[in-house]
Amino acid sequence: MELTSPSEETKKPQKKAVITESVPKIAKIQLVSSHPEVYEPCDDSFLLVDALLADRLNLINQNPKFCLEIGCGSGYVITSLALILSQCNPSTQFFATDINLHAAQTTLQTSANHGIHCEVVVTDIASCLQKRLQKSIDVLVVNPPYVPTPEDEVGAVGIVSSWAGGFNGRTVIDKILDVVDELLSTNGLTYMVALSENDPSEICQVMREKGFGSKIALQRSTEEERLCVIKFWRERETNEVDREITDNGSSLNGWLGRVPFVNSLWKKGNETSNS
Amino acid sequence: MRLLTHNMLSCNIKGVTNGFPLKLEADKWVTKEVDLNADFLRGVFPKIEWPALVAAARALDYGDLPEQADGSMLTSEDFLRRFHHALLELHVEEGALVCPETGRRFPISKGIPNMLLHEDEV
Repeated sequence: MELTSPSEETKKPQKKAVITESVPKIAKIQLVSSHPEVYEPCDDSFLLVDALLADRLNLINQNPKFCLEIGCGSGYVITSLALILSQCNPSTQFFATDINLHAAQTTLQTSANHGIHCEVVVTDIASCLQKRLQKSIDVLVVNPPYVPTPEDEVGAVGIVSSWAGGFNGRTVIDKILDVVDELLSTNGLTYMVALSENDPSEICQVMREKGFGSKIALQRSTEEERLCVIKFWRERETNEVDREITDNGSSLNGWLGRVPFVNSLWKKGNETSNS
Repeated sequence: MRLLTHNMLSCNIKGVTNGFPLKLEADKWVTKEVDLNADFLRGVFPKIEWPALVAAARALDYGDLPEQADGSMLTSEDFLRRFHHALLELHVEEGALVCPETGRRFPISKGIPNMLLHEDEV
C-alpha cells in the first residue's frame, strides 16, 4: 500500500472524494427531444444544471421524496436532476410543469430517452398542484421566463412563454416566488435562474421577508447576459426550535433530526463510526 | 400519469372550493413495474388521500386496495405491495379528469394531463 504524505492529503480532500464517487451523469444533449415551439437547452439551462451538479452531495443527502421543475421546456434540467439523484435516491419522484403542451410532451420524451420517469402536467406555474403539494417539495428547480418584455407577451402561446418575463423580467418570477413559499418542504431547496436585470439581490430580499435564506449559488456572464442561479431555503426561527425542544422533551435524537445542519453532522459522525 | 399525480391534482378554476379529488375517466392505461421501496411508501402515505386513490385505482379496474387504510397497515408487506402498485405502477395514457364541483373535463393525452384553464376560468 502506498503512503501519501498527510500534507498532500489535506490539500486535496475534495478531489479525493470526487474520484471515489462514480462520475455524475446529466442529460445528454443528443438525447434531448426538440420541437419548434420549445426552448432548447441553452446557457441558462447549463448554468442551472452546473449549480445542481456543484451541490449534488447536498441534494443526495436530502434524500428527496418529491422534486419539481416549474417550466420544464425541453426537459434537460429535470432529467439531469433525476440522473444526479438516481443512483443514491432511486425512489425520488419527479414532477414537471409547463404552460406549453409541446414542452410537456418534449420533457416526457427527453426523460424517457434517458430511462427516467417524470410526471408531467400542463399548467400555469404549478397552480393545480399547489393545494395538495403544499410544503411537500424537497427540491424545486426553475429556469423562469426572465427576459424583460412588454407585459402582453407574458404567458403567450408557444415558445414566447419560455422567455417573456414582463416588466424587468419579474412578472412571472414574482409569481413563482409566492409558489416557492407554498410548495417548499421544511428542509427543501430551491434553485432558480435569474438575470442581472431581474435584480437578484431584491429577489433575495423578497424571499428574506418570507423567511427564506438565499445565496447566489453560481453566476456566469455570456456575451448577451449576466446570469446567476439563486438558491433558497427556509430559515428556521429561533422560537420554533425552542418549541420543538420542549415538545420533544428529553428526546435528543428527535430534536437533532429536525435541525438540518446538526442532523448532517450527526449522520456524518455515524457514518464514520460505522466504516 | 401515475395515480400519485392524480392524488396531487386539483381543479383551480376561480371560485371552485371543492376541486378535489378529480374524477378519473380512463380510456387507456398501462402497467410499468418499478422497484418497491417500503421506506418511501411509508414516508409518502400521510400525504395520500386514500379514498381518492381507491377510486382512481378502480377506474383502472384495480380493486385490490382496502376501502380504508391507516398507518398501522404499513407493516404489512401485502398492503405495501398493493399500495405501491396502485400509486406508482399504473399509468393513465388517455382519458380525462373531471372537476367534482363544475364538471369541467381536463383531458389526459399521451400520459399528460392538461390542466390549463380558459381565460374566463382564471
